[in-house]
Amino acid sequence: MKLSYFPGCSLGSTAKEYDKSARIACQALGVELVELKDWVCCGATSAHSTNHLLSIALPSRNVALAQEAGMDLAIPCSACYSRVKKADHVLRHDGELRKEIESIVDFKYNGKINVVSLLEALVSQVGVEAIAKKVQKPLKGLKVVCFYGCLLVRPPEVTNFDNTENPMSMDNIVKALGAETIQWSYKTDCCGANLGLTSTKVVQGMVNRLIEAAKEVEAMAIVTACPLCQSNLEMRRQERGTELPTFFFTELIGLALGLPDAKKWFNLHLINPNPLLQSLSLAD
Amino acid sequence: MSFIDADKRKFFNEVKEKSRQPIELCYQCQKCASGCIATGFADYYPNEIIRLVQLGQKERVLNSSSIWICSSCETCGARCPNGINTAEVMDALKEMAIAAGMVKEKNINLFHNTFLNSVRSHGRVHETSMMVIYKIKSGDLFSDMDVGLEMFRKGKLPLFPHRIKARGKIKDIFNKTAH
Ligand code: SF4
Ligand code: SF4
Repeated sequence: MKLSYFPGCSLGSTAKEYDKSARIACQALGVELVELKDWVCCGATSAHSTNHLLSIALPSRNVALAQEAGMDLAIPCSACYSRVKKADHVLRHDGELRKEIESIVDFKYNGKINVVSLLEALVSQVGVEAIAKKVQKPLKGLKVVCFYGCLLVRPPEVTNFDNTENPMSMDNIVKALGAETIQWSYKTDCCGANLGLTSTKVVQGMVNRLIEAAKEVEAMAIVTACPLCQSNLEMRRQERGTELPTFFFTELIGLALGLPDAKKWFNLHLINPNPLLQSLSLAD
Repeated sequence: MSFIDADKRKFFNEVKEKSRQPIELCYQCQKCASGCIATGFADYYPNEIIRLVQLGQKERVLNSSSIWICSSCETCGARCPNGINTAEVMDALKEMAIAAGMVKEKNINLFHNTFLNSVRSHGRVHETSMMVIYKIKSGDLFSDMDVGLEMFRKGKLPLFPHRIKARGKIKDIFNKTAH
């Protein structure tokens, strides 16, 4: 099946490995991602913090492009997903604002395409069982906690996928890959998001709390679906050793499916996951 | 809400209208605060912000750091029994603080401006130049040098921006949404 794909700005830079693994994992699962032509930045926190109208108009441009392409829009970055999903929600439900946005962005909204997170796309379009069937190298012995972060599940009336307080979709995929997921109560906490650059201390506090909690339940790694979470979790902790790397869920899919590129992604991490994978004979 | 003072009422109404949230319904159950990990680092809890808005305390609210330290994680709104999305209130308050010239966390606002300028000129953020410009303007030059260099070595901070074709269209969107 084919989906429009909006990688977002981070996947071209700090989260390259997410982009690469997402594209290759999807291909292996029979999902063709067609990059949205000439997509624009979603505006992220900076737009919605300073100008509400801009924060809806910018991502609406991507909705317009996806509508033109005529395929549902899959988004790997949770932050981009939340902004585009919000814009789509407004366009769908707020007639007055829709008119204003249509004139600003210069398009006519038809509501025919859906905006989905890449996680949702894989769970609902491919399915956990189909993923399990494609596994070549089960991730045996790997014990992880899944970290969904803020925006995949909130606000619930907008995202409308998986449980807000105890989401399981990523856990189910990771289990299908042969790894073990441990339950913890920090799944949907915040990693500090874009405060990393401006309020480093705050984010360090948040990240250390998450790392401590993951260690407490004896996780060997954290799994995320968001470039911001991943880089905060790897960059903003007190000490950066090799312990507790943070994987993108698509990287684990690639690894378990035996896709040869996996090694290249892991070298891009700030916290090297290779020693862990080698100790479990999951990498050479 | 009943107010003894017209200015206080005006502020309350403005926040309510701008945020589109039923702020008057808050009964201080503090569910929002108990799930908020950000305001542990700032001056007010989310329920306090809502209460201060109810009481029309314009100066205190617009001058607070909480509205900026809020990471927009939306935990508060998802749990509020009265359907108040406090993150939306925080956003409305930031816009109002900017308009009133009362920005408590200057660097956070500077970051937002730098980010959006990058989007305005390229259509996408160019993270490398955005970070350099932010660092120069904020005067915080040396933190993160080590990670920055490591990312650069790994090819994660490209030197040149990716410019989209429809830049005119994007400028248009910026112009039409400008206050
Ligand atoms: S959760 Fe809602 S009702 Fe309770 S204190 Fe917070 S804003 Fe008020
Ligand atoms: S959205 Fe802001 S106020 Fe609400 S819980 Fe998150 S950080 Fe706290």
